[in-house]
Amino acid sequence: MADYHWPPANRRALIGKREKRIDGPVKSSGRAKYSYDINRPGMLWGKMATSPYAHAKVTRIDTSAAEAMPGVKGVVTIVPEGQEVLWAGQEIVAIAADSEERAEAAADAIKIDYEPLPYLVTDADPEHAGAEHSKQLEARVTGNPDQGFQQAEVISEGHYGLPVITHCCLETHGQVTEWNGDDLTVWSTTQNVSGMAGEYVDGLKQQGITVAANNVHVISHYMGGGFGSKFAADTWGIACAQLSKKTGRPVKMMLERDHELMVAGARPSMHAHVKVGAKRDGTLVAWDSESWGTGGPSDAGAPRLPYIFEVPNVRARHTAILTNIGPARAWRAPNHPQMALISNAAMEDLAAKLNMDPVDFMLKNMNLVTAPDRAKTYQEEFAKASELMDWKSKWHPRGKSGAGPLKRGLGVSLHTWGGRGNLSNCLVTIHPDGSVETSLGSQDLGTGTRTVIAIVTAETLGLPLEAVKVNIGENKYPPAGASGGSTTVSGVSTSTRRAATEALNSLLAKVAPSLGATPDQLEAWGGKIQVKGNAAKSISWKQACAKMGASSISGTGKTSNDLMSSGVGGVQMSEVEVDTETGIVKIIKHVSVQDCGLVIDVRTAESQVYGAAIMGITYALFEEKIMDQVTGRCLNPNMEFYKLASIADIGEIVVHMMTGPGYDERGTIGLGEPPVISPGAAISNAVANAIGVRVPELPLTPDRVLAALGTLEKGGVA
Amino acid sequence: MSPHEDKPRPDGTEKPDEKREKNAQEKKLRDLSRRSFIKGAGIASVAASAGALLADRVLEAAPRPQSGGMAGGVVGPGEVPITLKINGQIRKLNLEPRVMLLDALRNHLDLTGAKKVCDRATCGACTVHLDGRAVYSCTTLAIDAQGHDITTIEGLEPKEGLHPMSQAFWNNDAQQCGFCTPGFVMACTAYVEHEPNPTYEGLQKSLGGNLCRCGTYMGIREAVLEAAKTMKTKGGRA
Ligand code: FES
Ligand code: FES
Repeated sequence: MADYHWPPANRRALIGKREKRIDGPVKSSGRAKYSYDINRPGMLWGKMATSPYAHAKVTRIDTSAAEAMPGVKGVVTIVPEGQEVLWAGQEIVAIAADSEERAEAAADAIKIDYEPLPYLVTDADPEHAGAEHSKQLEARVTGNPDQGFQQAEVISEGHYGLPVITHCCLETHGQVTEWNGDDLTVWSTTQNVSGMAGEYVDGLKQQGITVAANNVHVISHYMGGGFGSKFAADTWGIACAQLSKKTGRPVKMMLERDHELMVAGARPSMHAHVKVGAKRDGTLVAWDSESWGTGGPSDAGAPRLPYIFEVPNVRARHTAILTNIGPARAWRAPNHPQMALISNAAMEDLAAKLNMDPVDFMLKNMNLVTAPDRAKTYQEEFAKASELMDWKSKWHPRGKSGAGPLKRGLGVSLHTWGGRGNLSNCLVTIHPDGSVETSLGSQDLGTGTRTVIAIVTAETLGLPLEAVKVNIGENKYPPAGASGGSTTVSGVSTSTRRAATEALNSLLAKVAPSLGATPDQLEAWGGKIQVKGNAAKSISWKQACAKMGASSISGTGKTSNDLMSSGVGGVQMSEVEVDTETGIVKIIKHVSVQDCGLVIDVRTAESQVYGAAIMGITYALFEEKIMDQVTGRCLNPNMEFYKLASIADIGEIVVHMMTGPGYDERGTIGLGEPPVISPGAAISNAVANAIGVRVPELPLTPDRVLAALGTLEKGGVA
Repeated sequence: MSPHEDKPRPDGTEKPDEKREKNAQEKKLRDLSRRSFIKGAGIASVAASAGALLADRVLEAAPRPQSGGMAGGVVGPGEVPITLKINGQIRKLNLEPRVMLLDALRNHLDLTGAKKVCDRATCGACTVHLDGRAVYSCTTLAIDAQGHDITTIEGLEPKEGLHPMSQAFWNNDAQQCGFCTPGFVMACTAYVEHEPNPTYEGLQKSLGGNLCRCGTYMGIREAVLEAAKTMKTKGGRA
């Protein structure tokens, strides 16, 4: 019988190689149909009227003028009269018309009266936010912090922070819904294909519409980015299904860009005053932090500070600020980029005060990394990153960057993430003609999930990649977990490995007699079924499948714990050039060294890490959801003032995946989140190294850089 | 209804297209404001990059038509006949004059390769070619696109196989979710047709008018250089 364990390196034809993304051609030719692209016969367009107020009671809704407009077919009230809205951009009424322009005009014509109520939308500290907007989440003490600071020979204090940013998926949230009798079909842009039917069952039930989960068909073949923001049906999904039901027509309702940026996902802010102390040789002894941040109307959980290093004496307090901004959603590695910035910037300031190279400082404290074997991983990653950055020859003590106006500097950061596998079920079917299909109710967010499934199937069956058809993106396939927390690659590849092995074993049993062997003497390799160690005794894949008779054979598999692990490290180094006359920060080079256990496809894995570096450069330099306390609104809900890095803004990015002995045997782990954690800290540290002073808050915009330089001129903290 | 209708914008620019001001009670005729927005969009498209102002960018606002079907007369707000030449085919439509080219393609002709992302001349996801030049179709009125040769990604691609630029995007994994990809392929193709010998530095300056959220720029740089070579040997348009 074939063994389901991962094959050793010398028996891998596809795993760990550089395969091209199997859905590459359909995407790069524009043929891929995203939810936004679905056009159905007789389809209507939905648009929504939203609140201009950050907090208000809806006192009157008048849709009569809107309903009388040409082409308008149906209206659904989302927030009824008498109820409150809690953020600007909250949906109140949805309306459907026979063209997008008409629906938009009709939504504008809906009259809504409000009674404005008090609100808070700015990123205030607990003192300014006031008790009603503050919720202390944590006051943690380990060891004896006061004594720890007495033992410390060098103490560094600083303020660090980063603002609320958005997900800004290029495909906005939304869906097309269509009823056919009791059946509801939803083309949804989602990270949660298998869980989405339940979302609609529950959401519609609250609106008095009963639909059975087995009548809800969810389709998401291609989706234009999620990053943690696309798990739910959302207000607009339920309203869209209601509009479809009411009008008896399919309805497409996708968010407009301003609405998307206001409400459809935000990463909570975090700010902190930090005091951290060490012995003169760099040994960390004490940490004290007072942190706060906002994730909108509900709290986003407390950070674990300090990050990575379990300092012996710690006092850490965190307060959530409850505000009337759009609600937070999981943003790629929830809380980790914030913790990494605050902690690793504080550590680098301390290293600067100690006159130590921050890499040496971090290595000195590796005994405080408690996860088993992680210190070894970090040590290897520091070494690799240093080599790729040429750290030793480029690094200089803080501020010693020459006399000219252009200052170069280096920064470093490290991170960690869990990973592991979501619960997925897989079905692999081998047909008598030799063709193969693998089905899971999973989804490909652009991470390469389809490709990974094809690689594992083909590897297991000894076939070329093209021989496998992958069916994902619909909930009619075996249920698979939502794509969050870097759990998809392990969920799909371990379940696929088990399913493909089971299917193969059924095939081997049918083929064995004709090769005069027992099934456990056979293997699938190179497009053949052969006797192990005797390739001469073989039969081609096609001939083997012909022996099945008329019916196909299949195998099923579930996420398999013994094929995966959790827990990764990751080290990043950044080189920047700061123009001290304009305050502009330019990325020269960014090195990202990442482990994630067994890498199934190196090419798409590297793309994830490149992408994470670019997303990280973007939030380090540009991104901020700017809220205005006077109006209660977001000031930049558009893509010219909510800035994303362009192709010219990213410098040279170098990615290295840690693979081979020590890594491969851990099995798969997951990769989406970890590499996006460190860029903010690495870049902030590089800027401090370049200009001789910390720019306390991200993004590192020219005004902030110049302000920090100003404090330096006044003899401020270096 | 909106409490701050007349406040200046924080950036000091003009008020945006009034379609953003959902709750404004008094509005001008939508088609008129769309037109005035287009005027602004010419400026917006030059300043679109998150990076820098780019002198030699290829993306430009659509040219005003020399001769449109409606020359001289007032049209709308009802539907009017509009004739577009798309991918070599004449397509006759009845559209309200306010319909943008992107919406005409996507909503009325099911040509969904061009995407709607920012809807205001910033991101390039809606890029199509007008007489061989890359334009943002989200801020080009369909009625203004009459009399021009419009190429969408559907027309760029050959019946079999891939256009060299799409092939190069695949070869270099210059795509993740892929939502920005068709716009990038169109912009990059127009760029290489205009600059057959692109350099690493040059292409970065010229392609700042397209944005990707997944972070595929490393692959895109390589794809453009690779495609420039294959397009030279195979000829540009398939
Ligand atoms: S959608 Fe047209 S430029 Fe963004
Ligand atoms: S590939 Fe996802 S936005 Fe570019």
